[in-house]
Amino acid sequence: MLAKRIIPCLDIKDGQTVKGINFLGLREVGDPVDLGRLYAQQGADELVYLDISATFEGRRTFAELVTRIAENINIPFTVGGGIASVDDAGRLLGAGADKVTVNSAAVRNPQLISDIASKYGNQFVVVAIDAKQVDGQWRVTTHGGRKFSDRELFSWAREAQERGAGEILFTSMDHDGTKNGYPCDTFARLSEMLSIPIIASGGAGTIQHIADVLTRGKADAALAASIFHYGEIPIPTLKAALHQANIPIRL
Amino acid sequence: MIAVIDYDTGNLRSVANALGRLGAEYTLTSSPDEIRSADRVLLPGVGEASSAMAKLRERGLVDVIRSLTQPVLGICIGVQLLCRHSEENDTECLGIFENEVRRFDLPGLKVPHMGWNSINGLRTPLFDGIDEGAYVYYVHSFAPTLNADTIATTEYGLPFSAAIARGNFFGTQFHPEKSASVGERLLQNFLKL
Repeated sequence: MLAKRIIPCLDIKDGQTVKGINFLGLREVGDPVDLGRLYAQQGADELVYLDISATFEGRRTFAELVTRIAENINIPFTVGGGIASVDDAGRLLGAGADKVTVNSAAVRNPQLISDIASKYGNQFVVVAIDAKQVDGQWRVTTHGGRKFSDRELFSWAREAQERGAGEILFTSMDHDGTKNGYPCDTFARLSEMLSIPIIASGGAGTIQHIADVLTRGKADAALAASIFHYGEIPIPTLKAALHQANIPIRL
Repeated sequence: MIAVIDYDTGNLRSVANALGRLGAEYTLTSSPDEIRSADRVLLPGVGEASSAMAKLRERGLVDVIRSLTQPVLGICIGVQLLCRHSEENDTECLGIFENEVRRFDLPGLKVPHMGWNSINGLRTPLFDGIDEGAYVYYVHSFAPTLNADTIATTEYGLPFSAAIARGNFFGTQFHPEKSASVGERLLQNFLKL
């Protein structure tokens, strides 16, 4: 049976791992390769490395770090942050990334999704969507939640799928960093609407939150950062508890 | 020396890195001579079947691969190319394995099949030391059917060949190079065949 995936996310700034609280108050938590290897040994199913400085500082790639990750990590990993062209994506594939996430640049230029997917395959493109609720509507944001776009979550997710996205990584900017749980109804609606996997991100504070989004929220994977980085919920503890709850998990 | 066949399909690097972590000596090559004289041959790849077959043809590798007598391992699109025919753009493949390659086509099933799934019915020394029900990593929309050469099965909507063996030819639909310690064990087993 296909297992639900647990994915630690490592935010990278200047080659170091950080985790922002609502993307503010950055604090360092370790070497990206060492931390990734540790997570892989602990049972992480995939890793996501996001270059969070990229959009702000125009840093387009972190290919050198990606090369080192690919040499050392024996599970799949996704990289993102500031990918604005097919060439950016191609360089990261060449450096050994299994997938890339596109976010702000895809909102600006949706053709980017189609172009990367047709050149490197749908499985290579994860479309990350950050959204915030405004008057009952999920508005898509860019630049780490700092700017509103004119797009709405569900129609944008559908367009991303039609353009060739292999997965959707959805973060509620209202929940991210709060540790109060995920908006499960929204996730369930997304998952039922789309035929590609959904990765839930932003808001996990307890094991129950993750169990909820994988069951009630119908998500295929759960991504989190600080609960893993600070050892609040060790991955082996989390996976054992999810297995106990009859959620299909790779142990 | 292990020859990793380079036919411009991406993700060679992942397989090369995995061999590197095992301390194996390998070369990425499309040279028929290097491939023929290697102790082991790996046919990796991601991509689309008809263009992958076209690339093998352009490099004059179709008959080279068919004539190999050392252990050969196809991975992902590699195992599909070793099959008889793929539904993906109605592609005639190498025909080492009799299996047909079919698309996942069931209502409600998310495609691509992406993530960790379990393998069962494990046979041959390729799976020495690997437990029934072990999890391996998949990313694919097409898969080989079951037949007598199936040496591991995975279920996604329907059961399909997770791995196939016939004579000196082996293939896995999953990615051992991305399947943590289970994948490492499988690659080690392949190097010892």
